[in-house]
Amino acid sequence: MLSKIFSVLIIASVLFAILNGNISGVSNALLEEGNGAIELALYLMGGMCVWGGLMRVADKAGITDLICSMFKPLGKRLFRRINTSGKAFKAMCMNISANLLGLGNAATPFGLEAMKELEKEEGESDTASDNMIIFTVLNTASITIIPTTAAMLRLKHGSEKPMEIFPAVILNSVIAVVIAVTLAKIISAASRRRKK
Amino acid sequence: MRFDTYILPIVVFAIILTALIKKVDVFEEFTAGAWENMKVCTEIAPTLIGLMLAIGVFRASGALEALTGFIAPFVSGLGFPAECIPLALIRPISGSGALVVFESILSENGPDSFAGKVASVLQGSTETTLYTIAVYFSVTRVKKIRHTLLCALAGDITGFICSAILVKILL
Repeated sequence: MLSKIFSVLIIASVLFAILNGNISGVSNALLEEGNGAIELALYLMGGMCVWGGLMRVADKAGITDLICSMFKPLGKRLFRRINTSGKAFKAMCMNISANLLGLGNAATPFGLEAMKELEKEEGESDTASDNMIIFTVLNTASITIIPTTAAMLRLKHGSEKPMEIFPAVILNSVIAVVIAVTLAKIISAASRRRKK
Repeated sequence: MRFDTYILPIVVFAIILTALIKKVDVFEEFTAGAWENMKVCTEIAPTLIGLMLAIGVFRASGALEALTGFIAPFVSGLGFPAECIPLALIRPISGSGALVVFESILSENGPDSFAGKVASVLQGSTETTLYTIAVYFSVTRVKKIRHTLLCALAGDITGFICSAILVKILL
């Protein structure tokens, strides 16, 4: 999938830029985007190391087990045949709690760990499992209680009530998550039936 | 002080305190966890570079802008403010790009205008979908992501349409 997106975007862009006379912009982007990506990776690395370290401490202290037991009822419904005492489920719970608290930088490392562990538990394959899909979709629809970045920028631009958007933000993400997850569930169920 | 500035310090405080009570070797475990994630970071770096290159080139060519102009008439019928269309388009692809567009909407229309509020709700309630999918699957051997993208984009589109409606109803 990524090969297609990558190739189509670049080929379309170069053609478009030639027709549009924007070729110097594309040339600059080709030279500079690599640096930007490494800057981002380094930026992420700092936060990921800090949270990876803190969460390992939390794990050893038994905090992650506590959080997992709170998510168990919901997790069993969302993810088919998930082993709620396995490493994957643990990482998934931590990812969701970090997202809810608005700690995006902390959520990513758990998300990646969860994907790795899911692959181990469900067997390596070149095709995404139903649980991988649901979990990724949960993460593409931002589920947060406190939209910090949006509120901060509103404040910076002189908003009188930077936080008044909170209820709309929460409701909007809940609606989007429900639609996305329901759709994923329906398609997964349909494809299982077809296999039988 | 705002409530949300307390969350992070309190979370960290609680973790360290609990670990001390449980007699965990705090620093040993901290560095071990940090090392684990450092390895993950180097694993995902090539994916990041490829993705950002493609998106950066796409934006620089002006194709993204052209796409915005093409879509505008279709969504304005849904009550979605035209000023927010570039944000809706770039949000699933590029987080830093979305931030730039979001800021420009706020400074041009004001954060408390209709467009400013819709943009804020959009920015707060959606994620960088494509990037998330790419990075999450990059740590696995998966090549076929099946309906992941379809469902994620369905969620995004729902979010775009509902953001305008919710702002009208709630704010």
